[in-house]
Order: sequence, then C-alpha cells, then structure tokens
Amino acid sequence: MKRLFPVALVRLLVALVLVTALVPAGAEELPRFPLTAKDSRFVPEMIEVPAGKKFRLVVANEGPGPEEFESHELNREKVIPAGKTAEIIIGPLKPGTYSFFGEFHPKTANGRIVAK
Amino acid sequence: MFATAVIVFREVLEAAIVVGLVLAASQGLRRRGLWIGSGIAVGLGGSVMVAAFAGGIAAAAQGMGQELFNASVLFAAVGMLAWHNIWMARHGAALAKNINAVGRDVVAGLRPQYLLASVVGLAVLREGSEVVLFLYGIAIAQQDQASALWAGALLGLAVGAGSGYLLYLGLLRFAARYLFSVTGWLIALLAAGMAAQAAGFLVQADLLPTLRDPLWDTSGLLSQQSVLGNLLSVLIGYLDRPAGIQVLLYAITLTTILVLSQIYRPNRKRSTRVVSKLAGAANSE
Repeated sequence: MKRLFPVALVRLLVALVLVTALVPAGAEELPRFPLTAKDSRFVPEMIEVPAGKKFRLVVANEGPGPEEFESHELNREKVIPAGKTAEIIIGPLKPGTYSFFGEFHPKTANGRIVAK
Repeated sequence: MFATAVIVFREVLEAAIVVGLVLAASQGLRRRGLWIGSGIAVGLGGSVMVAAFAGGIAAAAQGMGQELFNASVLFAAVGMLAWHNIWMARHGAALAKNINAVGRDVVAGLRPQYLLASVVGLAVLREGSEVVLFLYGIAIAQQDQASALWAGALLGLAVGAGSGYLLYLGLLRFAARYLFSVTGWLIALLAAGMAAQAAGFLVQADLLPTLRDPLWDTSGLLSQQSVLGNLLSVLIGYLDRPAGIQVLLYAITLTTILVLSQIYRPNRKRSTRVVSKLAGAANSE
C-alpha cells in the first residue's frame, strides 16, 4: 500500500495533464488588448476597454522571472512564466475602473482596466 | 523582506490549513504521520515539476491549460474530501465512541488513508507550484537584497505552516466525540470552497458561464484581502465578489456531501454492532 500511493498520485497527475491538454477552450474571436509585464511593472498601466463586451487581455511577460496577473475586482489570476504570453478572457464588464496587480511584485506592478 | 513574507504566507496558508484539518480529521489513524508526510513530499515534488513545466501547461488547451489544470486539481481534491466525509459518516461515530483500543484500531485500519494523503498532496501541489515559481523568480533576479528576500520567504513559510498547526491544536481541543463532526463540517465547507474556486478557473477559461459576475459585492463589508477575509476564504470558501456559478457550485457540493453523508449514516445500533464484531474478530486472532 505504501508504495502504491505515489504511483497513484503520479498517475492522477498524468491524467490531469492529459485532460488539460486535450480539452479545447472556446476559441471565439474576441477583441484583444495587449499588456506587458517587464522589470516588475505592467505597461501600460491603464487599459481602456469597451463596457459590456468580452475581450482577451494578452499579457506578455518579458521578465525577469515569472509574474502572476491578479485582480480581485475582475476575479482573475494567472501565472505567466518569463518569456511567455498568456491570454486572459475578461468581461463583459460594467462601466468602471478595475485594478489589477502582479502578485509577485505587488508594490510596483500595478495597473487598471477602465471599461467605458 | 516583509512583502515577500506576505506573498509566501498567502500561498502557503491554504495548503497549511488543509494539512492541519487533515491531521485533526485523521486522529486515531495508524501511521498517519507517514501517510500525510508522504502526501506533503509528493506534493512538493509535484510542485517543482509543475513549476518547471509551467510554460507547457500554460500553453496547453489554447492557452487555457493553467486554468484547466488548477480546476482539475481542485475538483480531484473536492472528490476525495467528499469521499472521506461519506466514509466517516459511516464509520466515524464508531471510531470516536469505541473506547476499546483494539476495536478502534480495527476501524481505524479500515480507513482509506490514501484519500487524505492525496488531498494533502494535491493542496501542496497547487499552492506549492506558485511558491516555487515565485522563489525561482527571486533566485534569478539576483538582487542585492536576495538574502532578505529569502529570509522573508522562510518567514512566510513558517507563519503559514504555524497557522495550520494552530488550527490543528485548536481542533484537538474538541472532545473526541465532537472532533469528527467538527472536522466533517470543516471538510465539507473546505470542499465547497474548492469547488467554487475551480468554477472560477473554468469561468476564466471561458468554459462555464458566469451567471452574473459578481453576484454580490461584500468587499466593502469584509474584504477577502483582510486577514479575517483571507482566513475565511481559505477555511470556508468566502468570496467577496463571487460569480453566480461559483455560488451555485458551492451550494451543489455542500448539499451533495451532506445528503450523501446522511444517506450512508448507519443507525447507532448497527454501528456499535459492527465495531464489537470487528473488535471480537481482532481479539480472536
């Protein structure tokens, strides 16, 4: 039994990774807004988006190091490894300001999305 | 240093709470230290692997791999916690009430140890991979204050683990006959909170509708970022701005666990009989 356990968990992990790789995500065409994480900051720090519409935030992490895009107002969190780009689907938003930050650099990496 | 400590603490807290709760819920289980220890060890090993393959996971499923992976890990943990609770509903009363050490050992020996060990492994895996990534970021940044950052990371780790230990000590203060019903409720609420979190990831991957987002906003009343709000969010799944679907999954999970536990709850006479029979069998061996 003792030896079975790690094997079981490893199998579970492999299964999870497979499921992760196989399930296709919705690929509808949404408007895209770029954001760059670089040197512990986000550029630009203000992004204007149309209210009432879903969109993709395309976050490129130019490093150094990984960053986690996080927003409590938007209910979103996503880790972006250094040198990678991640897409985050957001909205539809009511008009207003939604702040976000980089969880790995919370003091410097701050920004906001303004829905109009 | 302090900022680093807070970041690591937040990530570690959830896993530590799960470990503390599992330790309390596994009272009377033989070799539970070994089981839970291996759960933590495998979880840590998995964290490093997940962190190393973070790029590949993120790129999978058209860029939504991370969301699907997180949701899958959470749902797997939810399933195991539910299974554990239903098992405990059937045998927990006998386990707590039986003073006969042999009978207790026999019932305890029947417990599916690997369930709780796997839950610990999954919790450590999910939170651990973010800590590993974060620390990796610190390591490659090679700033002058690197040692202060590492000290902060260790401090965060210690305070997070300490919180889990405090929860464990607090739960042990309950008398044996209440302990398993208290841990049962906490596990049901924890599982419901995890299901809500998983729903959040599936919304983020655009695989589930939000059903109104947010359904309510109590961030002014009790922010999830406050100490109490954060603790409640980890313990019972409190969200200050939940999407409708998260509330729905929370309710479905909690109801399912409670209803199934009720269905599988044996009546008192039968459970006593089972234990005395098992104890008798063990004595005669």
